Amino acid sequence: MYDFEFDRPRTIAEAVDALRQEDAQALGGGQTLIPTMKQRLAMPSRLVSVREIAEMRFVRPADGMICIGGATAHATVAAEVAAVFPALAALAGQIGDPAVRNRGTIGGSLANNDPSACYPAAVLASDAIIATDRREIAADDYFQGMFTTALDEGELITEIRFPVPERANYQKFEQPASRFALVGVFVAQRAGGVRVAVTGASDDGVYRWVEAEEALTQRFHGDAIKGITVPEDGMISDLHGSAAYRAHLVAVLTAQAVAAAG
Amino acid sequence: MNKLSMTVNGKPVTGEVEGRKLLVEFLREDLGLTGTHVGCDTSQCGACVVHVNGKAVKSCTMFALEAENADVATIEGQAAEDGTLNTIQQAFQDHHGLQCGYCTPGMVMSAAALLRDNPRPDADEIREYLAGNLCRCTGYHNIIRAILAASGQEVAPLAAE
Ligand SMILES: Cc1cc2nc3c(=O)[nH]c(=O)nc-3n(C[C@H](O)[C@H](O)[C@H](O)COP(=O)(O)OP(=O)(O)OC[C@H]3O[C@@H](n4cnc5c(N)ncnc54)[C@H](O)[C@@H]3O)c2cc1C
Ligand code: FES
Ligand code: FES
Repeated sequence: MYDFEFDRPRTIAEAVDALRQEDAQALGGGQTLIPTMKQRLAMPSRLVSVREIAEMRFVRPADGMICIGGATAHATVAAEVAAVFPALAALAGQIGDPAVRNRGTIGGSLANNDPSACYPAAVLASDAIIATDRREIAADDYFQGMFTTALDEGELITEIRFPVPERANYQKFEQPASRFALVGVFVAQRAGGVRVAVTGASDDGVYRWVEAEEALTQRFHGDAIKGITVPEDGMISDLHGSAAYRAHLVAVLTAQAVAAAG
Repeated sequence: MNKLSMTVNGKPVTGEVEGRKLLVEFLREDLGLTGTHVGCDTSQCGACVVHVNGKAVKSCTMFALEAENADVATIEGQAAEDGTLNTIQQAFQDHHGLQCGYCTPGMVMSAAALLRDNPRPDADEIREYLAGNLCRCTGYHNIIRAILAASGQEVAPLAAE
């Protein structure tokens, strides 16, 4: 990989300043960015490490919400939200492997928005808010297609605020080589209704399965989505699974998530 | 170049590194600790697992500068000064938990992290914890047996299930 200048700011304000410099990029846990730099698919001239910024590392329950600092490691989320939001803890505890979970951060995962990543499904289904150094972004506005988000150049994810659902579950059908989701479905039920977010399946990245949401809001049971077909148009097709296979998994995993959410 | 200091296997070390120097490169090239291996470019094999401040991490997926002032433990620090293997290492030997040995440093460091959190894991928990440690030789059964044995549990005499 090419060399770069390395900044280790201590505060969000310092990090935002550092990110204004030309060709600077944030470094979270590095679990995506470092392999990408090894392949020279990314070659920033300055890396701004945000992982040790104390004001970005926390898990804080607050009035029906759970707020998580942008630089919080997956392993910390898995351990610390287990009592309040078990579906989110289980999701974090299934990301990659223990070493990845010890370094990787929620902010890094959301900024990256890999089409097969797990957190985007939880954020979108829970209707969470992504807070940055300059604004708050609703989940529905944040995800804009594979590896594409509403973030501007140099914008830093400082916090994610999840309204805690009444019932929720994440079902991940693991792609065993990468350990990402071949398909993953997060189902969340709140007073206002049910939301269903699907990762790993669509060419457009994480999305809401609206037909299932409507049916499950009427009746929260796996049978409610029987007969709703998932079109294979626009589904990812690769050597790990065809578009038809992924479309099939979306329905199966949704029913399983509803059953497991109990 | 950036100045760097950390503790490795209980000893203070210093160095001068470029930003891009990976922790595994600092260990192997600058400190001569070549027990930590590199098996891939994609952060998937786990041959490079070390502990940083008590947590298992892939030293190929962390810059040396990110370990500034950290307490790092590598495979070289596992055996006693006189070469006596620790319990996990001895169990790998006794239960044929290695063949070529390339994955073994990472396996032993991951196993040590697991047993610190969970002193008596069952076979499924061990497999789950080792999801990020690949072995091309053993077929894993004997690695699982070694870790069960290292945690003081009975192991069946046969390798294959
Ligand atoms: C073997 C392996 C298995 C994995 N399995 C899974 C899996 O099952 N599910 C899953 O979801 N993920 C998986 N991952 C990815 C992992 O979750 C990464 O940790 C995550 O995608 C990136 O987070 P990071 O903190 O490591 O970010 P980095 O790699 O440091 O950064 C990723 C991107 O985000 C930007 N960035 C980082 N932090 C911020 C911030 N706070 N604000 C704005 N931008 C930021 C960076 O500039 C970069 O563009 C896996 C990774 C590996 C290596
Ligand atoms: S060398 Fe393969 S994961 Fe580090
Ligand atoms: S013993 Fe050869 S790779 Fe594991």
